[in-house]
Amino acid sequence: MPKFRKETQVTSVTDTSSSILGKAAQATPAPLASRIRGISDRTMAWLFITPAIVLLLAINIFPLIWAVYLSFTNYRANRPNAPLENVGLSNYSRVLSDPNIWQAMQTTAHFVFWTIFLQTLIGFSLAYLIDRKFRGHAFWTTVILVPMMLSPAVVGNFWRFLYQPQIGLFNYIVSFLTGIPPSSFEMLGSVQLSPWAIIIVDTWMWTPYVMLICLAGLRSIPDYIYEAAEVDRASLWRQFWSITLPMALPFIMLAVLFRGIENFKMFDMVTLLTGGGPGSTTEVASITLKREAFESWRTGRASAFAIILFVAVFGLANIYVKALNKVKQR
Amino acid sequence: MSSVNSAHSVVEPGAMSKRIAASIVIAYAVITMIPLVWIFMTSFKSPPDSISYPPKIMFQPTLEGYCNLFTTRTRQTSEYIASLGTPTSTCDETTRSRNMVIAGPSNYWPRFKNSLLIAFGSTFLAVSLGTLAAYGFSRFRVPLADDLLFFILSTRMMPPIAVAIPIYLMYRQLGLSDTALGMILLYTAVNVSLAVWLLKGFIDEIPREYEEAAMIDGYTRMQAFFKVVLPQATTGIAATAIFCLIFAWNEYAFAVLLTSGEAQTAPPFIPTIIGEGGQDWPAVAAATTIFLVPILVFTILLRKQLLRGITFGAVRK
Amino acid sequence: MQTIKQALLGATSALVLFMAPSLAKADELTLCWAAWDPANALVELSKDFTAKSGTQMKFEFVPWPNFADRILNELNSGGKLCDLLIGDSQWIGGSAENGYYVKLNDFFDKEGIKMSDFADAAVNAYSTWPKGTPNYWALPAMGDANAWFYRKDWFAKPEIQAEFKQKHGRDLAPPKTWDELKEVAEFFNGREIDGKKVYGAAIFTERASEGITMGASSALYSYGFKYENTPGKYDMEGAVNSPDAVAGLEAYKELYKCCTPPGYTDAYMSESLDAFKSGQVAMAMNWFAFFPGLYKDEKVGGDKIGFFVNPKEKVAASTLGGQGISVVSNTDNMKGALAYIKWFAQPDVQKKWWSLGGYSVHKAVLTDPSFPESQPFAADFLVAMNQVQDFWQEPSYAILLQAMQKRLHDYVVADKGTAKEALDGLVKDWTEVFKDDGKLN
Repeated sequence: MPKFRKETQVTSVTDTSSSILGKAAQATPAPLASRIRGISDRTMAWLFITPAIVLLLAINIFPLIWAVYLSFTNYRANRPNAPLENVGLSNYSRVLSDPNIWQAMQTTAHFVFWTIFLQTLIGFSLAYLIDRKFRGHAFWTTVILVPMMLSPAVVGNFWRFLYQPQIGLFNYIVSFLTGIPPSSFEMLGSVQLSPWAIIIVDTWMWTPYVMLICLAGLRSIPDYIYEAAEVDRASLWRQFWSITLPMALPFIMLAVLFRGIENFKMFDMVTLLTGGGPGSTTEVASITLKREAFESWRTGRASAFAIILFVAVFGLANIYVKALNKVKQR
Repeated sequence: MSSVNSAHSVVEPGAMSKRIAASIVIAYAVITMIPLVWIFMTSFKSPPDSISYPPKIMFQPTLEGYCNLFTTRTRQTSEYIASLGTPTSTCDETTRSRNMVIAGPSNYWPRFKNSLLIAFGSTFLAVSLGTLAAYGFSRFRVPLADDLLFFILSTRMMPPIAVAIPIYLMYRQLGLSDTALGMILLYTAVNVSLAVWLLKGFIDEIPREYEEAAMIDGYTRMQAFFKVVLPQATTGIAATAIFCLIFAWNEYAFAVLLTSGEAQTAPPFIPTIIGEGGQDWPAVAAATTIFLVPILVFTILLRKQLLRGITFGAVRK
Repeated sequence: MQTIKQALLGATSALVLFMAPSLAKADELTLCWAAWDPANALVELSKDFTAKSGTQMKFEFVPWPNFADRILNELNSGGKLCDLLIGDSQWIGGSAENGYYVKLNDFFDKEGIKMSDFADAAVNAYSTWPKGTPNYWALPAMGDANAWFYRKDWFAKPEIQAEFKQKHGRDLAPPKTWDELKEVAEFFNGREIDGKKVYGAAIFTERASEGITMGASSALYSYGFKYENTPGKYDMEGAVNSPDAVAGLEAYKELYKCCTPPGYTDAYMSESLDAFKSGQVAMAMNWFAFFPGLYKDEKVGGDKIGFFVNPKEKVAASTLGGQGISVVSNTDNMKGALAYIKWFAQPDVQKKWWSLGGYSVHKAVLTDPSFPESQPFAADFLVAMNQVQDFWQEPSYAILLQAMQKRLHDYVVADKGTAKEALDGLVKDWTEVFKDDGKLN
């Protein structure tokens, strides 16, 4: 929010001594400052903002409008010479009545739900534990953060190796711990396990992110509240449920929002792990979209699907943010 | 703005609870490192060791994976190899012991260079444009500022594949397909939204009185911006830069769809590294290791800024 | 502002300069193909071309699972990566109609290159569009079909032979029919050989590109699957989902269920090779292209390996692979690209191509009396090339292929529904595609 709406009253504009930077309290209103230089604020503002806006218009907005236009046509990017026809809403109706697309949405929902659930649970627990401030917690926090810095595609590709039934480390460790022979189950090849295989990798990568936000939340709780609770002799259990959790809730919800949006868009990691297989078991929405747009090259229909996805994320995120603001106000 | 790093004296937890907390956290940290350690170890295995069953924990380290990563090889008869004379390098020697000779360099290094150029180029542009715009939003009355900001941010909610469809068509028209310039512009556009949003927060925190005072001292607005605001915003800029860099360095979806050779970055290339037959896992692991190093170094060097950026973003929303 | 502008301008122009597409040199050609054994042979062969013409050859080889995706993307985006392209047979339709390939008729006439010098099936599959018309968009470069190889040394073990004879009342030999194939695979599956547990067969089950379609069609064609009742009419009901086709698909799934090694749920060429080379399987399917390399393999090649053509059931049939070499219209070095094709079409070069491990389909090579004896799999190659069937070559082939990949993988690997339902679904999907294309009402 632009701060200058609450303009500070000028007390003195005469003090132009060299120590002025130190006397920051003596404020000058912005309009005055710019009047001195002779360029209006508006011009100045646009000079600063324009480059970024132009880039966004050229590379985000214009293409978006183009995609909306294409979604009403039968355009195919691999047949540039074919006649372009307006097909009205038929792309939309075909996308919405396509069982494959609904299945992809369901797969995505499953993936989003469980990754968020696990990441929030583990991430919050870790944050809570780290907040005990044991010796060396800063170092271990940094170690835990490492997976989220890495490329989901490159690391996902390597997880494919870890999940190999005979030679992979994952199956071997599971077998070591449980006694099941390592080649008796296929994380990536079985219909039952493959949805969990992608959830495990995503959770491994992104739990640290949730943990960090939760940590920020925990540390934003002022000490005096706990001190007051101590005075009231509230048990630790009670303190957790009545202070820690409610006060950290907006942060947790925020982490859920960010992860939700990211995983709704999920493409790279799943593509490299399972490619959507076996069958279509792990085919999340982005993979379906990619197949439609860049393998089938039905650009018009893919655009319609893309717009539907965008509207869905945008709508859900907005509803969620409203809920979040309500929680914050409490 | 809370700070993760500042001490805050909760009613001090007991020693016992600390010990339990420490052991669980450390256990988690160790488990979470296993896949990465395994990547590192695999990069030093020979191809047969890498696919042995059960997986080998102890093995004779070799540089074969790295050799294979940077070269292409062809199989030759042993008579031909015997006629070649002494090997000129370790790699040469290892390759010949597999009845192959080095035919030339592989594409990994060009792809890695593309990654460097595109990631750093786009980060530089995104942070530059982002700082300017953030300053503009922070210091001037911009009509519809809130809507604009929200709108800028919402462009990040688009699935990358959805964005890629029209970009693909646009780049085809403009001749930007498979060019580093095209990729830099695209990554800049994606990152600039985050950059503006993060940096506006950081710049909001710098008292406006500083630069106003400087301007009264005779600085122009530009001078004030460069000499007063920028130095104050370094932490914020560093935090933003590392976010942009991580995104651009790791990005896969746009790269795989919009580049095919000349401008291809490392992420779409690494999964396609194959040896004779299937994937050459030591070479893949070597490529992965080399690819992860820069981002790990950056993360460790700039971890304070990074932490600040993440928690900061969270609090601001 | 000035400074900033200058800085940005400087930075951008520096980037532009840095990136300015390296001006294509007239004496350089980039050839795109899949990354596999024959590609290495082509590198070797092309050294002669460089020596003769002075043109430097660059190669861009893409692994099979990404090949179609990436190169079609490249063509569609109007890129200039490839001057020459050895593209899959199914791409001809789309590439011809969109003008991505240069039409070669005039060039062939001028240079005296005769398509009648090449095997007819190959010319039809790799060069022509519309199919069967003398409109050439490529020179047949590499003949290929799906076939099988087996562990000759295991088959020859007396105790194994005896046990097989006792169990099945016949000698253990490379299977001639799909029923035999399954019998042999079942026989080997789970057996201990040389102290190691082995499996029956490695087959294609890959989901993302074309793997399972190519593998399963080897069974489907043999059982009598047809794409259309009347060729050219797109009347698929009763052909694609005929009882024969259903039986073929069921046979493929049974083979997958009973006899493949664990983890082979997404396997294509390289996985099949791995399984065989690591001594895990008694038999495996793969393209002829890999056979020279397999035969030379230190561990499982030579005396230990044998080859056989795709077994028949009702029909003798093999799944077609292979490619033609085309000139990409977008090339900056048209002259050089055509010169390469002219050079490549010469009988001598074609002979050397075969000796290096590439599958020439030039009649000078194939009809040479010594050809069937030149390699242990050469005779099989001739048989296979005479009975090949190919997937749709329609411009919409990618959509058709995707539908088949999904239906087959859902049924075979993910255990969804029955074979009949899978093929019924396929008819439905394909009908929709042809309706969209205006080829069906």
